[in-house]
Amino acid sequence: MLNVPAAPIQSEDAAEGGGADRTAVKIAARNLNFYYGRFHAIKNVNVEIRENRITAFIGPSGCGKSTLLRIFNRMYDLYPHQRAEGEVILDGENILASKSIAQLRAKVGMVFQKPTPFPMSIYENIAFGIRLYEKLRRSEMDDRVQHALTRAGLWDEVKDKLSQSGLGLSGGQQQRLCIARALAVGPEVLLLDEPCSALDPVSTAKIEELMFQLKATCTVAIVTHNMQQAARASDYTAFLLDGTLIEYSETSKLFTTPSDPRTEAYITGRFG
Amino acid sequence: MKGVLARRRIVDVASKILMGLATAVGVFFLFWILWTTLRFGIAGMHWDLFTKDTPPPGTDGFGLRNAFVGSLSLLMVSVLIGVPIGLMGGTWLAEYGFHSRTANAVRFINDIMLSAPSIEIGLFAYAILVAPMGHFSAIAGSVALAVLMIPIIVRTTDEMLGLVGGDMREAAIALGAPNWIVITKVTWKAARAGILTGVLIGLARITGETAPLLFTALNNQFFSTNLFRPIANIPVVIFQFALSPYANWQQMAWAAAFITVLFVLVLSLVARWFLGKVQVPK
Repeated sequence: MLNVPAAPIQSEDAAEGGGADRTAVKIAARNLNFYYGRFHAIKNVNVEIRENRITAFIGPSGCGKSTLLRIFNRMYDLYPHQRAEGEVILDGENILASKSIAQLRAKVGMVFQKPTPFPMSIYENIAFGIRLYEKLRRSEMDDRVQHALTRAGLWDEVKDKLSQSGLGLSGGQQQRLCIARALAVGPEVLLLDEPCSALDPVSTAKIEELMFQLKATCTVAIVTHNMQQAARASDYTAFLLDGTLIEYSETSKLFTTPSDPRTEAYITGRFG
Repeated sequence: MKGVLARRRIVDVASKILMGLATAVGVFFLFWILWTTLRFGIAGMHWDLFTKDTPPPGTDGFGLRNAFVGSLSLLMVSVLIGVPIGLMGGTWLAEYGFHSRTANAVRFINDIMLSAPSIEIGLFAYAILVAPMGHFSAIAGSVALAVLMIPIIVRTTDEMLGLVGGDMREAAIALGAPNWIVITKVTWKAARAGILTGVLIGLARITGETAPLLFTALNNQFFSTNLFRPIANIPVVIFQFALSPYANWQQMAWAAAFITVLFVLVLSLVARWFLGKVQVPK
């Protein structure tokens, strides 16, 4: 059996009373369907992502968890044959119909599986996002860059080499740079698409610690292949299978007493 | 089994011998050309080549200054015309056209243009610039050279931008950057080594082109920097001087050929060095 703590350390609300949750809903997906051309990838998903909590999406390869995550910041707009139907409500507005995509992406940041620092200095990597929205004096920009790197837990390691290329950092550092880059814009939601799958356990632990700290100011949604990570690091977990949301509940409950037999089969490793 | 292995070994050895011979033949002729150019060209190397202009026929002078300056002017203007067009074309193909029917058609036409006969391009420039203007000019020559350069830059820019990979673009888009910022500030930067290589290869190609210049820039006995008049240039000077009966002219033709070869060699080495800095995604 998985070694899961009986009550997750992060979520006090869950200990107070599992059923009725008092935290606000940040993103609500309603009757969400997604198509790659003719392929029906996401089937009628209804899920509510809670503010200032970490929500993990788990499931076997190809179940649609990354697809679902990428709907929340309209990444699919880049590709002509991909379309979404239904509603995704963020702060009262349906983002699927939203006209101001740039504003959406300023609110909802994303970190990808493979760290991709831009071909510029570390400083410029962080400043890039800020410059899209604000015109700052040099000193103000310096502060913002430092703040972002501190939030990502990278400041001490790079403060002496801000003018060096981001490509010279290690894998774990590059990923934290990408997180700092996403945080610099001040998003309210941070989407993490398997952020640790290319990293070693030490870097992974650092990023999980980082997520826990970010929770206070951000809503975090993470897609992960690693069930133990979901069990360790998240407050809520959603289990997807073939584009359908099978089960969604507090992490402790899902991993100890899952309601659906398919969930149990997955988390006990009978398939996946 | 032994029969099969033995046969394979024979084929292996025979192939290696044939390949070695083919390489040797190619390399032999290359070195013969380089050696001949060096042998005859080095005899004519003199400071006067760079400080004096081409002498009139039948005189004892020695100089190619106007030709060097003219060629450099032609190359610079060609780059100014050809690089922006080639860069924009390649960028459109890689960032907007992708593999649509239009984009593939453009790529096909571009590939045909890559091997278009340069004399044809020269005639084209004659028809659109020289005839309406009423006289030969450097600018017509530059346009012809630019037309020869553009397909190379389009092709290399398209391929190098394609190497950048979607991950970096998606990361920039996820921050909220509009497409044009992603292209100019991220993708171009990431592909800069490869794009520069394309420009250098294009330059190397047009350095020695003679035919188009015969109908456009023609030649000029005197030193001139007027872009709207005929201008002296190395390839046509070589053409003219090599065919002449004058010894000093012939020697200068060899010297000019030698310097051209050196120039192209240096350009190619620099291009290779930059190509080594191209980062291919893992």
